Amino acid sequence: MSISYKKIKQIVGPLLFLKNEHDVKYGEIVKIRTDDNKERTGQVVKMNENLIIIESFEETTGLSSENAEIIFTGDSFRLKISKDMIGRTFNSLGKPIDIKTKKELESGILTDIEREIDGIPINPFAREYPSEVIQTGISVIDGLFTLIRGQKLPIFSGQGLPHNKLAAQIVTQAKVLTGEPFLIIFCGIGIIQDDAIYFLNRFQESGNIQNIISFINFAEDPIMERLIIPRVALTTAEYFAFEKDMQVLVILIDMTNYAEALRELSSAKEEIPSRKGYPGYLYSDFASIYERTGKIKGKKGSITQIPILTMPNDDITHPIPDTSGYITEGQLVLSRNLHKKNLYPPLDVLASISRLMKDAIGKQNTREDHADISSQLLASYSSALEVRDLISILGEEGLSLNQKATLKFGDDFEKKFLNQGLGENRNFSKTLTLAWEILSNLEKNQLFRIHKKFIDKYYPELV
Amino acid sequence: MTKSEYGYISAINGTLIEIKGLEDKIRLHDLIKVSEHNILGEVIQKFSDHVVAQCFESTINLKLKEEVIDINEPLSMELAPGLLTKVFDGIQRPLQKTFNKFKDGGLKRGLKFPSLSRTKKWHFVPIKKLNDDVISGDIIGTVQETHLIEHRIMVPPNISGKLSFIAEEGEYTIIDEIYKLEKDSKEKTYNMLQKWPITRKRPYKERIDPYEPLITGMRVIDLLFPVAKGGSVAIPGGFGTGKTIIQQSIAKWCNADIIIYIGCGEPGNEIADILKQFTELMDPKSGQQLFEHIILIANTSNMPVSAREASLFSGVTIAEYYRDMGYDVAVLADSTSRWAESLREISGLLEEMPAEEGYPAYLPSKLSSFYERAGVVKVLGDNYLGNEITGSLTIIGTISPPGGDFSEPVTATTKRVVQTFWALDAKLAYLKHYPAINWLNSYSNYPEYIKNWWNQNDINWSEIDIEWYECRKQVNEILSKENDLKYITQLLGVKNLPEDQQLDLFIAKIIKNGFLNQSAFDKIDNFTDFKKLMAYIKIILLLYKEGKDLIEQGFIIEEKIDEEIVNDILRIGHSISNEDIYQIEKLKNKLLEITKP
Repeated sequence: MSISYKKIKQIVGPLLFLKNEHDVKYGEIVKIRTDDNKERTGQVVKMNENLIIIESFEETTGLSSENAEIIFTGDSFRLKISKDMIGRTFNSLGKPIDIKTKKELESGILTDIEREIDGIPINPFAREYPSEVIQTGISVIDGLFTLIRGQKLPIFSGQGLPHNKLAAQIVTQAKVLTGEPFLIIFCGIGIIQDDAIYFLNRFQESGNIQNIISFINFAEDPIMERLIIPRVALTTAEYFAFEKDMQVLVILIDMTNYAEALRELSSAKEEIPSRKGYPGYLYSDFASIYERTGKIKGKKGSITQIPILTMPNDDITHPIPDTSGYITEGQLVLSRNLHKKNLYPPLDVLASISRLMKDAIGKQNTREDHADISSQLLASYSSALEVRDLISILGEEGLSLNQKATLKFGDDFEKKFLNQGLGENRNFSKTLTLAWEILSNLEKNQLFRIHKKFIDKYYPELV
Repeated sequence: MTKSEYGYISAINGTLIEIKGLEDKIRLHDLIKVSEHNILGEVIQKFSDHVVAQCFESTINLKLKEEVIDINEPLSMELAPGLLTKVFDGIQRPLQKTFNKFKDGGLKRGLKFPSLSRTKKWHFVPIKKLNDDVISGDIIGTVQETHLIEHRIMVPPNISGKLSFIAEEGEYTIIDEIYKLEKDSKEKTYNMLQKWPITRKRPYKERIDPYEPLITGMRVIDLLFPVAKGGSVAIPGGFGTGKTIIQQSIAKWCNADIIIYIGCGEPGNEIADILKQFTELMDPKSGQQLFEHIILIANTSNMPVSAREASLFSGVTIAEYYRDMGYDVAVLADSTSRWAESLREISGLLEEMPAEEGYPAYLPSKLSSFYERAGVVKVLGDNYLGNEITGSLTIIGTISPPGGDFSEPVTATTKRVVQTFWALDAKLAYLKHYPAINWLNSYSNYPEYIKNWWNQNDINWSEIDIEWYECRKQVNEILSKENDLKYITQLLGVKNLPEDQQLDLFIAKIIKNGFLNQSAFDKIDNFTDFKKLMAYIKIILLLYKEGKDLIEQGFIIEEKIDEEIVNDILRIGHSISNEDIYQIEKLKNKLLEITKP
């Protein structure tokens, strides 16, 4: 049953004010139809006995009391989902599009399966603690900050840093080692068309495209769509993970655009701003996205998230990275210094952390010496950086033999272990072998974080 | 209960609804039930022609004019056997039971399960006898709730009388009749179940000074910034500084009888982590699951904010109930910032005038009404012998200051109401120094209260006869000297300092890298008991003392004290277990041997 209604009283930004003469539901979806036969979507966000306030998901330019008709659908927003989505690209309303022309395609998804996009909170007791790994094929991530199925591990980047390349490389290389069905959902939030085309091309080159579903919201699309698209992507992810038993990896890029859209909407609603103009509920809102990750007891599938965000001014205390960091289970931070040295991926290993890794790596999932190695690499690299500082005071001659070895280790760490080609895919075993190779710069007794039995077994002996 | 009153929804804005038709009868903070969806809410404002209520669940699909029922009581906790080992949400809905019913793992709206099982039978053992005169807090009988904890069935507050009936030893549910009280020739029947509104303090006889430390097993805390049983602590720290690890560690190892862990607006996987750890860990003393003395309240970040606001008070109310039985209870709240944010969110919807950073002006009073429920008290009832008993309630809350900035309103306000402050430092975390408690910014007001306890539990080493209180003084001095020397050392290099200052720096380094640095994941290092703590700090201070003597006699320290013994001291944390402290004594003798002139 739908009711149509003509007179809009007032329009402020994305908000439409109507007189309340209908029996509508809170949160109900409305269609806004104009006389040129364009249709927009909106949602009831506030109502009292006199007034209904509708938030339009799309551009409100050109709307007037005369030309617009509001149709109450009597239902909340539902997304059509089907297996046919795999390998294709969609917009924020779940309609298939062509990235190069930005046009909606005729061939819609035929299915009876519909899901509400807000999802239902997961019962904390129902969650299973994540403990299986995903291999990204990137040494510095797999070796030091292993991605765990069901984890949310964001990448904090800055303008001009190669997060797009890194995202594309993760999407094309990531896999689970146990052979279960694996799906990647790529969600572009407010990205420019050039970037979208770059991603598409990379996915196609890799031959991995039949494992990918893309959702793209372009930079010039209306801001309301930015707020919907991650939810659309995650609703799709939940379907494949929890109803179809797949291991799903969701990449959200760029969450900074999302947060800015949220701020714009909040100011249109005249809400009281909190830090830097972002609304006080930024944390809860982020959580409603990031928390749609994990594993559920008794189910085979999982959802893993890599949200990518650019830190305004490289400031990690800015509300966007700060708020994200409090919710996510670790973070990968890109460094401008390493990028300037032409190292890729330029990961600041001391500022990065993967909090779920400790229980997941080791004998069963990767290799017995993995935990010791990662701890040793971090410790030795951190001393190498101290030695570098010392050189500026003492000069290289003033260093002890151990310090010189540490310095050499530090250089090798950056050039051989961290640095990696864009198309280079290293498996866990290769990553760990490489780690031993660079650790052999150091004397055995300097490897104080590694158990003796592993040193005996793995320390490369010179022939 | 009086007859239910009906009203209807007149406006909806997020989780806030306006109701007409109830404004004359309803009391502020009464619960309401909204529409056929069975959504629970709480009245938070009353006007002449309507009231405003916050719903504990999403309001999607509600319509105007839908029915609202006045439940006629405020949000209360159900208090009876069956609380331990359970996981509840912020308004005490049982999450295990919900999962057993809905295996897809979702939290659907309007679920109606009683908080505590009405059918499970408990073995009740009476203590009081027929015709005994009893008052509030008196223990009628006991139930062995878990292997670790005996649940004492108390006469509820504000009730007294003569026992005109008491059940025999046997199996009863929490709603079976257990005893009857006669007062003014009126008889009333009671069962094991009590209800208590979460915003009201449970009464006690009197408050007393704290006298015993809460041993956390973390050396930096137990020596430098101790918390007393009945104390209050704030742990502020930016993300990644290890707040949650500290909370979990305390929950696992501290010497409280009952632990109430409140996951307030934090990620769901953290709750899954805690559940997993606690069910796997065994209590070393009894061999039972550690989980047996724990109650979890989980209102994760994606669950409704209004229930998050309630969760802190729900937790502390359950804690007071166990305190009243004479137990030492610790409430661990992670994180109070998320709670404050939920307050801000609701205040924003109400369009209240904001104070600092959008937080409502009543943030300080709300925060202190939470922390003020900590304390050591003489409880209302007496023990079996008619003696007074004490119970304690310790509150340890984390704060997540935006950008790690301690001048923000929640940190600044909390600082005013807590006695202990463990400032977590992002720089230390970056250097992988854990627990990342900054020894210069943190403080505790409890050392004077608990120093007698430490003196009674000290170890006896004739070579270095100083007490716990003196130890912490010396350590503080050394660390602050190191801080003073920091800049000059960077300019001149250590070698160019006078001998005695070099010694200060040397000892400070041992204290920092060995004593203060502690791994929460190492099987030996994760918990240091008070004996090992004293032995460890005394051997370091002995080294300091002997070092000073050596310098006076004109020796060069490095020539006398080799790297090996220093490394041995640095490794005490993870190489010598609590049971083996004689090995520290051996090390001490070795040290004395070396430093002999």
